[in-house]
Amino acid sequence: MAFPHRPDAPELPDFSMLKRLARDQLIYLLEQLPGKKDLFIEPDLMSPLDRIASVSILKQHEVDKLYKVENKPVLSTNEQLCFLVRPRIKNMRYIANLVNADKSAGRTRKYKVIFSPQKFYACEMVLEEEGIYGDVSCDEWAFSLLPLDVDLLSMELPEFFRDYFLEGDQRWINTVAQALHLLSTLYGPFPNSYGIGRCAKMSYELWRTLEEEEESETKSRRPEIGHIFLLDRDTDFVTALCSQVVYEGLVDDTFRIKCGSVDFGPEVTSSEKSLKVLLNADDKVFSEIRNEHFSNVFGFLSQKARNLQAQYDRRRGMDIKQMKNFVSQELKGLKQEHRLLSLHIGACESIMKKKTKQDFQELIKTEHALLEGFNIRESTSYIEEHIDRQVSPIESLRLMCLLSITENGLIPKDYRSLKTQYLQSYGPEHLLTFSNLRGAGLLTEQAPGDTLTAVESKVSKLVTDKAAGKITDAFSSLAKRSNFRAISKKLNLIPRVDGEYDLKVPRDMAYVFSGAYVPLSCRIIEQVLERRSWQGLEEVVRLLNCSECAFTDTTKEDRASSESLRLILVVFLGGCTFSEISALRFLGREKGYRFIFLTTAVTNSARLMEAMSEVKT
Amino acid sequence: MNRTKGDEEEYWNSSKFKAFTFDDEDDELSQLKESKRAVNSLRDFVADDDDDELERVSWSGEPVGSISWSIKETAGHSGSTQEGREQLKNQSRNSFSSYAQLPKPSSTYSLSSFFRGRTRPGSFQSLSDALSDTPSKSYAPELGRPKGEYRVCSLERFRSLQDKLQLLEEAENMHDGNVITAVLIFLKRTLSKEILFRELEVRQVALRHLIHFLKEIGDQKLLIDLFRFLDRTEELALSHYREHLNIQDPEKRKEFLKTCISLPFSAEDSAHIQDHYTLLERQIIIEANDRHLESAGQTEIFRKHPRKASILNMPLVTTLFYSCFYHYTEAEGTFSSPINLKKTFKIPDKQYVLTALAARAKLRAWHDVDALFTTKNWLGYTKKRAPIGFHRVVEILHKNSAPVQILQEYVNLVEDVDTKLNLATKFKCHDVVIDTYRDLKDRQQLLAYRSKVDKGSAEEEKIDAILSSSQIRWKN
Repeated sequence: MAFPHRPDAPELPDFSMLKRLARDQLIYLLEQLPGKKDLFIEPDLMSPLDRIASVSILKQHEVDKLYKVENKPVLSTNEQLCFLVRPRIKNMRYIANLVNADKSAGRTRKYKVIFSPQKFYACEMVLEEEGIYGDVSCDEWAFSLLPLDVDLLSMELPEFFRDYFLEGDQRWINTVAQALHLLSTLYGPFPNSYGIGRCAKMSYELWRTLEEEEESETKSRRPEIGHIFLLDRDTDFVTALCSQVVYEGLVDDTFRIKCGSVDFGPEVTSSEKSLKVLLNADDKVFSEIRNEHFSNVFGFLSQKARNLQAQYDRRRGMDIKQMKNFVSQELKGLKQEHRLLSLHIGACESIMKKKTKQDFQELIKTEHALLEGFNIRESTSYIEEHIDRQVSPIESLRLMCLLSITENGLIPKDYRSLKTQYLQSYGPEHLLTFSNLRGAGLLTEQAPGDTLTAVESKVSKLVTDKAAGKITDAFSSLAKRSNFRAISKKLNLIPRVDGEYDLKVPRDMAYVFSGAYVPLSCRIIEQVLERRSWQGLEEVVRLLNCSECAFTDTTKEDRASSESLRLILVVFLGGCTFSEISALRFLGREKGYRFIFLTTAVTNSARLMEAMSEVKT
Repeated sequence: MNRTKGDEEEYWNSSKFKAFTFDDEDDELSQLKESKRAVNSLRDFVADDDDDELERVSWSGEPVGSISWSIKETAGHSGSTQEGREQLKNQSRNSFSSYAQLPKPSSTYSLSSFFRGRTRPGSFQSLSDALSDTPSKSYAPELGRPKGEYRVCSLERFRSLQDKLQLLEEAENMHDGNVITAVLIFLKRTLSKEILFRELEVRQVALRHLIHFLKEIGDQKLLIDLFRFLDRTEELALSHYREHLNIQDPEKRKEFLKTCISLPFSAEDSAHIQDHYTLLERQIIIEANDRHLESAGQTEIFRKHPRKASILNMPLVTTLFYSCFYHYTEAEGTFSSPINLKKTFKIPDKQYVLTALAARAKLRAWHDVDALFTTKNWLGYTKKRAPIGFHRVVEILHKNSAPVQILQEYVNLVEDVDTKLNLATKFKCHDVVIDTYRDLKDRQQLLAYRSKVDKGSAEEEKIDAILSSSQIRWKN
């Protein structure tokens, strides 16, 4: 149970420094607008802000009232308004409306816009067009790394996924490069770099450029983290699309963990009110079950409950002095543990109830069949029935995508019939969703349409060979085949199991999916780390459509301690799931590594699907 | 800003902006004014920068003091023993200049680094850039950087097409999407549509940035033009169709959808669009009718089961459910009848039965449920058939709390014996369980089941009767 770390496991760097840095930067920016001011905060920034600063800190720096940026009339009477926003066009319009309303009312105030993590030229263009450029001052709050846990850094940019993988917009690549630059400034250079994916490669290149230009002392520092591994989400959609069955992933799938904390409703707290709970290594109960397969969690919790009872019971035979000691020293801890225990037991019950109701067993069975590639007809009709019964639209979409990627696209007849039924069940406007999914390569039809190749050849005729290569490259991101079956075979993703897979004593990373499947992303990382390069993985790289964008960059680093060489920073561009985090934590324990995770956002199948959905529910 | 026309007139006539009036017919004069304005605006640029310099100082109050304070805070906290951090700490203590070793505000950085090396200084992002440059400028000497490095080049200087394209290429090579978009905005402003489109057609990365940018700022017109130019008919159609989501009024939305039918969709999608239009058209009729019926209060079904929401913009299956719920018995001729919907939208049997079953079961109209599965063959014999499998029927009935007698009937129709036994046990259809064990001649299971039924109940009696029967040859 609850695997301890190996005694020789390296220490993690202290990432809390990032929080202080972000906070101090924000304070500095707030002071740029001296005097009392009202602060308007973008809803998406509120939770991250909560994690690094408190209202009292804001108040200390003369923030008077706090408002949410939303489409409601502004009531503020303050003479100075400060906006803390993501660089989005709609925020600019909101600010412009407000400023222009003030102007026509003959009112003058001071306005400051703080963009986080950076501003975009397009935003300033809107300010200019709306005639308020110059009326507002703009600043940037480069807050792009939030430590959610001792080993997890999140950029809190869920929109990264859609912007890059659907729209092909590279606007966040600079943000990623800046974040990596910051890390190397604080924690020393990374002697070994590996990566796979176009975005990974571009981010890496831009980061290198930054490092070279900024002749910082980075290079003379001793490296604290020996390896960095960058990975694009689209090299492995399958893992992200699977139902999660390790505890933390399941909690995320069921209750949605937001910025490292979760809202447990009355059904969990077994009281009338909801409770916001931080889920991280500080929660002693949680930290022992977070990486466990769900089937182990019950047993563990009840054992824990019995131990707790025993500890409480000890007080029976105590004399006054012992009792005094007990109350002053142990009771508080026990009570805390008691509280956490009952919360997690409540969460488990609630998860069980929900999963039984939605026939989770059958769902998992279908997923495993898709992963292994048998009974495709049966799985297809299971999905069809899901759709017909109007079971959650996101769930149906997820299963269709899983079918498509594992099968290299749906056969045209199935594609048409599933699509028609989907539109009938969930609304015709999802036509747009299907178009998005096709664009991102998540849900495609077999034998890719002639339209694409026609455009491609037409374009190719117009340009030279070199440019044509580029175009084909750009198109291939649209048309590429997933080759999942072949990759799975090459990398042994479906473990051969003789008899029962013992989930209590996992033997490989497949335990995070009940022993049925080793997460592709994690397997790639494992293999490359073993080889310290992509050598011998050429075929896999080709099947992943990444021949042009798998890279290794290792330097001879004598100053790197053996400890630092067992620390690996994994960067997920487009999001990573808790299942992947658990799997790599497992791998780390097996091999004596420790992984540090940097993700553009923590994601799961529902979030991916929602990002593609054109109809907001 | 709602100035009256008079006001506006006065404004223009009295203001110093008189040169901007558009009623000037003298071409030469207007040209002259045009260039004068351009020159003036250039001067404004420069002047702006200076003004800004001044404003910045007055705005920021005492930035130096506060930043060093905040840095000290940082330094004070970073009390780690590790060598690297110690180093940082020491540096931090010296002055806030060490802060500069942290990355600078990002977009400024990339934009400037991009234009570094261009010889002529100028101002690209001008005002705001200068603002956010404040800290970096102060650090510049310490970093040994030439002063004014962040004075970036004005894009206005890139006038030849070749220069512009080179600019774009460099932006692409940098990978920073923000820079690519910035250059595209400039190209969009300074190139004719046709030339811009033509050049982007062979530059897919830039093209995708432009498309995303146009989507975001909502320049639908240019987006459509672009798709038309690129001959991307399907994207054009979808992009137009997407607009309907912004139209709230159902009548207007319907009219808009009508214009979408003729768009160049694939044959398959065309049919979906047509269906969308027809569906909304029907919903509008049904909604008007039913709202009237409901408020009149004469119709029993609406009185007993008041509508919870409007049917407008609901999916087809939901509409079918609604119509099975409120309009089940209507003749095929009316728009609201389920049969009419089924025919119009070619709803498959399976889907239809599933939906009708759910609706009628919800109303506890067991008779309708029965009729749904009853078919007569040519000899007049009736037979029960279900396109969805009777185990599903049972589940749906159970979900709608059907009584045991009803459930039992359908459990009995499940063909697979194991499934049948499972369902019967799960839903406590004792008779089915008992009869099945009897038919299986499974004495042991029957005995076991006897312990599960209530003592002295009819079921127990029935089991006892069977167990004592001498007619059955038990297999165990």
